[in-house]
Amino acid sequence: MTNDRLDRRGFLQCAGWTGAGALFVMSGGVAGSIGLDSAVAAPARPGRVKPFTFLQISDSHVGFDKAANPDARGTFVETIAKIRALPDKPDFILHTGDITHLSKDAEFADADDIVREAGIPVFHVPGEHDALDEGGGKAYLARYGKGTQGAGWYSFDHGGAHFIALNNVFNLRPGGLAHLGDEQIAWLKRDVAGLSSSTPIVVFAHIPLWTAYAEWGWGTDDSAAALALLRRFGSVTVLNGHVHRVLQKVEGNIAFHSARSTAYPQPAPGTAPSPGPLKVPAEQLRSVLGIRTATLVPGRDRIALIDTPLA
Amino acid sequence: MPQLLLKHPRSYALAVLLGLAPVPLALAAPAAAAPARAQAVQIRNFAFVPAILVVAPGTTVTWTNADEDPHSVVATNKAFRSSALDGGDKFSFTFTTPGAFQYFCSLHPHMVGKIIVKAP
Repeated sequence: MTNDRLDRRGFLQCAGWTGAGALFVMSGGVAGSIGLDSAVAAPARPGRVKPFTFLQISDSHVGFDKAANPDARGTFVETIAKIRALPDKPDFILHTGDITHLSKDAEFADADDIVREAGIPVFHVPGEHDALDEGGGKAYLARYGKGTQGAGWYSFDHGGAHFIALNNVFNLRPGGLAHLGDEQIAWLKRDVAGLSSSTPIVVFAHIPLWTAYAEWGWGTDDSAAALALLRRFGSVTVLNGHVHRVLQKVEGNIAFHSARSTAYPQPAPGTAPSPGPLKVPAEQLRSVLGIRTATLVPGRDRIALIDTPLA
Repeated sequence: MPQLLLKHPRSYALAVLLGLAPVPLALAAPAAAAPARAQAVQIRNFAFVPAILVVAPGTTVTWTNADEDPHSVVATNKAFRSSALDGGDKFSFTFTTPGAFQYFCSLHPHMVGKIIVKAP
């Protein structure tokens, strides 16, 4: 069902690409550049896996101003400035949700203005903090949902890898964990149906797709049904946010990784009465915030991940 | 007595017109309501405290978010639903009909609570 996937046009639209310059493409190992217009017009070409780097940022909580970080906007600006200053430009950024703190229009607009400064495409999934508007996520979808399926899920191909963006934060149900829903899982089944098992898969969603700590709701109740569809692939990397700290787990061919926030840390599972914002001494704050760099190298099952503190 | 004012604005207006203090409100609307009651639920450390609260019909329950993280108060049967409550924000709902009302936080669905409404 390739028509379910974003084509190149969708890729660029979804990425909010606003640059006017050229787009570099690798084809048969030869780098070339084509104008943006022809890039948009060109059909997506399945390519071989080639090395490339992307970034993951998460939980920017633009609008948060409590004791754990009175200026979450400021640390997000610092994060993007660090990305902008990287000597080797990554291909794109995945933002794994909680873009805003309270889903206010002004927070979304502010976050967009900040992240645009990175100068590379950004792909989003929502966090539960991005679905607090009256419409339960309509504000998020109005801004980021163009060209996506259902409640904002989508996929795209890049560098021979297949990226899948899932939403597990809308319509959360009482008493439990995050939820994907049957419609999204059915879409996922169609989405991966035509892929070769050697295609590297990267899944990104806000709340962990493995049960990191059920008592704090750090898991997704129907993730097993989604993961079952991915077990045949040799390399599956699942990236999430929500827990504001680096956690990881490997289950067969599937590696789960949660990332740091750019706003504030949260306690390790079970070490505090609640998962709420953890206040650390101000001079330590930037050591517990950060950026993740992911490098995909052909022939290696695992994507190389490096978590870099903000300072 | 803010709950009284909200619940009986017309009665209150009448009381003001008659130059009465809020106390004789019951006189202005003697058969209108059960005695006004107020109860509170704190939202603290990602939990509703108390998690189960028994109230009489006519009781206004006020939830106050004492956490730094936002929370919400959403009835499982959709009888009531707050917007997102940031730290310090409050939400009130007046329970008029007897029954058990389960609710949860739509941001953190492991947070659940129950209001049981029954005559004393």
